[in-house]
Amino acid sequence: MSVVSVRHAAVGYDGREILHDISLTVSAGEVVAILGANGSGKSTLVRSILGLVPLSHGRIELFGTAQRKFRDWARVGYVPQRLGAGSGVPATVGEVVASGRLARRGIFRPAGAVDKAAVQAALTDVGLIDRINDPVTTLSGGQQQRTLIARALAGKPDLLVLDEPTAGVDAASQEAFAGALGRFEEGGGTIVLVAHELGPLRPLIDRAVVVHEGRVAHEGPPPEPFGHHADPGHDHVHPHAVQPAPGICVAPADRITAN
Amino acid sequence: MDLFQYDFMIRALIGALIIGLAAPALGIYLVQRRLSLIGDGIGHVALTGVGVGLLLNQSPVISAVIVAAIGAVGVELIRERGRTSGDLALALLFYGGIAGGVVLVALSNDANSNSLVQYLFGSLITTSPQDIAVIAVLGLAVLVAMVVFRPALFAVCNDEEYARVSGLPVRALNLMMAVTTAVTVTIAMRTVGLLLVSALMVIPVAAAQQVTRGFRTTMVAAMTIGLVAAGAGVVVSAEADTPPGATTVILALAVFVAITAAAAARRLLRRRAQPPREIEPPDVVLQEAEVR
Repeated sequence: MSVVSVRHAAVGYDGREILHDISLTVSAGEVVAILGANGSGKSTLVRSILGLVPLSHGRIELFGTAQRKFRDWARVGYVPQRLGAGSGVPATVGEVVASGRLARRGIFRPAGAVDKAAVQAALTDVGLIDRINDPVTTLSGGQQQRTLIARALAGKPDLLVLDEPTAGVDAASQEAFAGALGRFEEGGGTIVLVAHELGPLRPLIDRAVVVHEGRVAHEGPPPEPFGHHADPGHDHVHPHAVQPAPGICVAPADRITAN
Repeated sequence: MDLFQYDFMIRALIGALIIGLAAPALGIYLVQRRLSLIGDGIGHVALTGVGVGLLLNQSPVISAVIVAAIGAVGVELIRERGRTSGDLALALLFYGGIAGGVVLVALSNDANSNSLVQYLFGSLITTSPQDIAVIAVLGLAVLVAMVVFRPALFAVCNDEEYARVSGLPVRALNLMMAVTTAVTVTIAMRTVGLLLVSALMVIPVAAAQQVTRGFRTTMVAAMTIGLVAAGAGVVVSAEADTPPGATTVILALAVFVAITAAAAARRLLRRRAQPPREIEPPDVVLQEAEVR
């Protein structure tokens, strides 16, 4: 049975079409990477699979059920690109991960021993159990990202959907990430992840889908790294995921004085 | 002296304590959502409800709850769409609310400046036993909702998209928050007044989060600060013959300043006490740099 089935999907915002006629099937136990440049539509594709972006054409099925009628959201674990912008109200790592249990237990039942155990197991899995009582804002970017995967794992999903999980993440966190995803896959889980570059996740990937200008441009085994990407120790970072270096910030001021 | 030999003082204290607990319990979610000032806006709208009540010779508390709830749901629907014009729509709603209230109160039989001031700045000692009953029931309902649904409301305020993908009834929870805000604003108008309502929702939370590490502890600390400030506000205002609402807000602000100063002093002392501190892992340093 297919876990995710996208048929002739099109998505548009304000009259501009971002995805055109995309079809994609993900089977149970498969690990599929959706690759593409910034602005290719790869994030929009996973967001439409999750129901966060409405389709203008086509249909999507999750676990064999039309997405509109799909109610079993506990089977889906979503890992967004980053933790929502902090508002100043502190929250501990444990509290954020505990949100992942809500899909299973519903909003009326208070958290019980099962929930607590699942939160601890998920944090152990990503190597952050010792930070469970720390405020999330004191964690590094990579550790925050691991907190988000722990939140998704705590709900014991069958399908994990990750939106650029390793963008701008330090090497130690990437390894911890790959380990957690590997164990999830060994347990029979299905993974769909959006990535710019695969890095340490590469050995996990069964199939790569390359999205280009809103269409599937290529489908097959994950591409080999080439050029400087293939250098050992190459640290690929996303221009939109990292803080600009101070030197880059200075330049525009110079230009303004030149005017 | 014994302030509490008078029934009206006991009623005033009960009313204040309920608001002191309920307002921060709701306020923490509003602060988390960066909607700290929404209470203020809904307070403006509630004034129209007061005007409607006085004009129809009905209880102004109930008509204010209804009008404020309609206003709050409207604001939530505007927010949900996330249009840039939402900001302007809010302004129209808020100023329409306060202007409508002033005109309607002036048209009512109760037309004197006193009745308006009573709602704008609070007037605990004129609170009737019926008013206290309404405040107690509604305040308790707000408290229970905020505490029981804490995990779900936390999830929605922390990461709305994630909550949506978790299959939570995000829209229902948002509308519940909107209605709860309206209810809290309205019952608090007798204590602190519509113009100072937001202060009791926000200041205890702002004070608590200076020293807390988690969401639950922040909530408990904020409710404690709100309770103490509201109780002390009633007592101090009776002793010093000052308006209770404004006195409560000043006291809450004093707590905020004291906690902030104490937290800063503690950080300073810690840094001095152990200068040769072991080097933090580099990722933590990175994060600190990012926060600044």
